[in-house]
Amino acid sequence: MSLMAGRYVVLAGLVAAVVGAAAFWIITTPSVVPASALPAYTPSIDNGRTMFNAGGCASCHAMPGQPDRLKLGGGLAIPSPFGTFYAPNISPDAQDGIGRWSEADFVTAVLKGTSPRGEHYFPAFPYPSYQHASLSDVRDLFAFLKTLPPVAGKVRGHDVAFPFNIRRDLGGWKFLFLDGKPFAPDPAQSEAWNRGAYLVNGLGHCAECHSPRNLLGGIVAAQRFAGGPNPEGKGWVPNITQKGIGDWSEKTIAYFLETGETPDGDSVGGSMTRVIRNMAELSDADRMAMAVYLKSLPPVEGPPKPAQPATK
Amino acid sequence: MKRIVVAAGFFAATVAAVAADDPIAARRALMKETGKQAAAGAAMIKGEAPFDLDKAKAIFVTIQNTAVKAPPLFPDTSKQGGETAALPAIWDNKADFEARFTKLGADAKAAEASVTDLASFKTAFGGVGKDCGGCHETYRLKKQ
Repeated sequence: MSLMAGRYVVLAGLVAAVVGAAAFWIITTPSVVPASALPAYTPSIDNGRTMFNAGGCASCHAMPGQPDRLKLGGGLAIPSPFGTFYAPNISPDAQDGIGRWSEADFVTAVLKGTSPRGEHYFPAFPYPSYQHASLSDVRDLFAFLKTLPPVAGKVRGHDVAFPFNIRRDLGGWKFLFLDGKPFAPDPAQSEAWNRGAYLVNGLGHCAECHSPRNLLGGIVAAQRFAGGPNPEGKGWVPNITQKGIGDWSEKTIAYFLETGETPDGDSVGGSMTRVIRNMAELSDADRMAMAVYLKSLPPVEGPPKPAQPATK
Repeated sequence: MKRIVVAAGFFAATVAAVAADDPIAARRALMKETGKQAAAGAAMIKGEAPFDLDKAKAIFVTIQNTAVKAPPLFPDTSKQGGETAALPAIWDNKADFEARFTKLGADAKAAEASVTDLASFKTAFGGVGKDCGGCHETYRLKKQ
């Protein structure tokens, strides 16, 4: 190789490195919703309460070991293959909660998964689903959260090991697994179906637990809702496509969401118990809408279960 | 009503016989039978079966029986060694676990007394159902 050609190789390498770094920088820059993007709006606290229940905020952010689902001091440990996350304090406490957050901070957190400090949140916070919520619903939710009692006490930091603790890299994760698209209703479907699809895929974030995940922790799109190993530890999360609950009627699904009772008279357990407590607060119409949508999910085979008889 | 009582009696005898040597199988059978009754209650609430006051009361009697029979079916020797979804947390919090059954029994008894029609049944049944879910939340493995 001549001296001249060698220089070109070095130069090409440098250019590639710079382009790569620039691409990384651009891809991993946390996106935000600026205050200027929020038009004047009078939020509905009532609708905010509905969104709070649909979103299951209390499931993770209510303080564990006490009965009040509106005490959002956080602290629940959420185990995962990447480490243990601790749900933060989202009560309106100025010191330890979100009392000093602007509305734009909150909208950015929920729709973009970016903190007020401009860092990526870990997707244990289910923004891959929340991103589909409408702006007005998120603003209503913020207004409702503001009415709740402030709870003092900062929650400890997450216990996530290298390399997963590098938050900047989560920008790459978002690039792979976030589509950034708001929910688009399907005009060919009924109003109830569309409402159900919006609740289930948006704030309801059902797919976050009821889908298998790949090695990077992203949802396997082809097996969305088909269940899989419990990401929080032992056990199995049920398949909620028609493969799993084909013999449940819409009414049965709606009744289940209200009471936690399955058609065989079992009362659901584990973290779904907390989900039911939220769903029970929704209107009959919203539960039925979710049931209509879930009933329409085509049967999809989930990942194979370990060889062990199902405990039924 | 009489038929239900007789059936419940047969069932109780079966559970007692199995319990002696296989507590895991016995508690599974007990839960399954309780679930059957709960499903019958749900069917009335959903309007899939006509409301029947005797049946409604019998459901709460079954649950009271379950609340009495279940705790001894979780001896220290039955943490594993069979098909079980019982979590080790049961044996780490035995006092709380048993207190929950006591509460379930008391709630089911109050429910039995309170039910007069479909509306009161729905309220009472929902309240007792929360006891079921509360225990499954902490003490039962996620399952399909």
